[in-house]
Amino acid sequence: MDLYLMSFLVGGLICGLSQLFLDYTNYTPAHLLVIMVVVGAILTGLGIYDYLIDIAGAGVTVPVMNFGYILTKGVLTETQKGGFLGLFAGVLEAGSIGVSASIIIGFLMAAIFRPKE
Amino acid sequence: MGTIDKTPQEYQKLIKKHQLTDSKLTNFFSAYLIGGLICLLGQVIINVLISSGIPKDNASSYATIALIFIGGLLTGLGVYDEIAQFAGAGTIVPVTGFANAIVAPAIESRQEGYILGLGANIYSIAGPVLTYGMLSAFLIGLFKLLL
Amino acid sequence: MKKLGKQTVKFDNPPQIISSASVVGNKESQGPLGKYFDQVIGDAYNKQQTWEKAQMKMTEDVVNNALDKVNLAKEDIDFLLAGDLLNQIVASNFAARKFPVPFLGLFGACSTMIEAMAVGSILIDGGVAKRVVSFTSSHYQATERQYRTPNEYGDKYPPYKQWTVTGAGATILSNETGGVAITMATLGKVVDLGVKDPKDMGSAMAPAAADTILNHLEDSDHSPSDYDLIITGDLGQVGKNLTIELLAEQGCDVTKNFDDCGVMIYNSKQKSGAGGSGCGCSAVVAASYLLPQIMYGNFNRVLLLGTGALLNPMTFLQGETIPCIAHAVVLERTGHLTEGIGRPAIQDSLATKIETTKIEDLS
Repeated sequence: MDLYLMSFLVGGLICGLSQLFLDYTNYTPAHLLVIMVVVGAILTGLGIYDYLIDIAGAGVTVPVMNFGYILTKGVLTETQKGGFLGLFAGVLEAGSIGVSASIIIGFLMAAIFRPKE
Repeated sequence: MGTIDKTPQEYQKLIKKHQLTDSKLTNFFSAYLIGGLICLLGQVIINVLISSGIPKDNASSYATIALIFIGGLLTGLGVYDEIAQFAGAGTIVPVTGFANAIVAPAIESRQEGYILGLGANIYSIAGPVLTYGMLSAFLIGLFKLLL
Repeated sequence: MKKLGKQTVKFDNPPQIISSASVVGNKESQGPLGKYFDQVIGDAYNKQQTWEKAQMKMTEDVVNNALDKVNLAKEDIDFLLAGDLLNQIVASNFAARKFPVPFLGLFGACSTMIEAMAVGSILIDGGVAKRVVSFTSSHYQATERQYRTPNEYGDKYPPYKQWTVTGAGATILSNETGGVAITMATLGKVVDLGVKDPKDMGSAMAPAAADTILNHLEDSDHSPSDYDLIITGDLGQVGKNLTIELLAEQGCDVTKNFDDCGVMIYNSKQKSGAGGSGCGCSAVVAASYLLPQIMYGNFNRVLLLGTGALLNPMTFLQGETIPCIAHAVVLERTGHLTEGIGRPAIQDSLATKIETTKIEDLS
């Protein structure tokens, strides 16, 4: 399936370009992640992100831009259904999976492990 | 003799002359390789789930949870930061990097207690991602609503 | 004592070092100077619950070790002088609470060891102390966690970043006969040439080091060739080269006898970026390598500098630059030997032959 190839090529490219960003500017990884999430949100707003998922699959759903996509898609779906309230209801609607998984797994790992040398 | 009379700008030029640098090209390819492999892994998980009958959207969510688990586990085992020294952005950008950003401060802060240590610090690095993700989703939704 | 120029103190009855000790981590013991250090901790936790407690234990141990070497009790000390990189210098505070003795906490970042030796010398030559312990410590994981990011976080280090030494060093200064004398101290002023990158400490500190060296040479009316070695605390490879060039521009040539503890403590295979850093770097190298070399006559007169970057994580976020400082002491051979300086094995090898150490060049 050429989704395997495309996910590697596109996902790798996103990471490679991010590395260039980190190398050529003074920005920290935290800045990078925020920019990626915002870019994901904007591309979703422009309606491009779904198309990107069709061509590259996990290549765009694995990087953290996907988080921007999920949050924004949630908002857009909820505003279509519920108008103004949808702006607030929708933000974590679809994104709650990633957020809750992170907290729960984070807690689990922290309870089990200690930082290593 | 007496003082170093250099302006900050002149000194910056001097620093650039002596500063150790590594190859930006090598960094690019290391990030590309590891980042691409992690995305490929995500795709494999999705395809395996789809072929066993799970609908596409759910498969994607399961893959996200699986990658968060893997990233968290590798962080707890002390391996993720070793990989990151090679891969740079290749380990920061995928969602495994998000898991690393959550687990790393959590395991270290646990020694200050579960509530004020672990509980308070679990989002110390990943917090901006959530804050600005939610903010931009909200603003884009607002923008589209008003149009 | 007399004041020379604007920054230097010359001691009429130079305080003498009667004992010194060091405790280091695994990485340091595997470096080029590994065999010189007195004690190696098993792992970074040092059998404690947290990194910070590990550092406190190391600090306690090194002071006790220095005292034991010359059969002194805690009560025999007049003052304790110490500092470290932890917030509110707690490693030093908590080690000092075991002593029924006045304690002065100091903060000079990575220059603290030399600052402590300088202030201790002033107390002794000033006649108010017979014996003073100057000590300091640093711990890689505890420092990383406080100043940068959690230890397990996947952040790729640039090649010019330095590795904080896990190490604690202590020296006992006294008005009795010892192995090495402190004849002068030059107290540094804060120098800031606008470096903002907290991963590039070497570049930030080089101007301070150059400034203190120039002022010391001017105040004391010496030239670089009057010293067998001019050695800085933790400039690293980048900072070392920058300092040499900054001095050369002012007509001061140190190329023949200049080195840096951070460059000496790790070899190029140990993935330590530009070299070692931290209070412990200058402390352990001075306590366990330099002092025995001077006592046994391989060096007669050494200018030892400590360099420190006086920032905290918040100033960087607020857009500030990094002000730095460098303090210096002049160490001279007294011609006497003392049991307290150096490991027994090292004392034997130094006493029976001229020992030359091959330090692997980081470049």
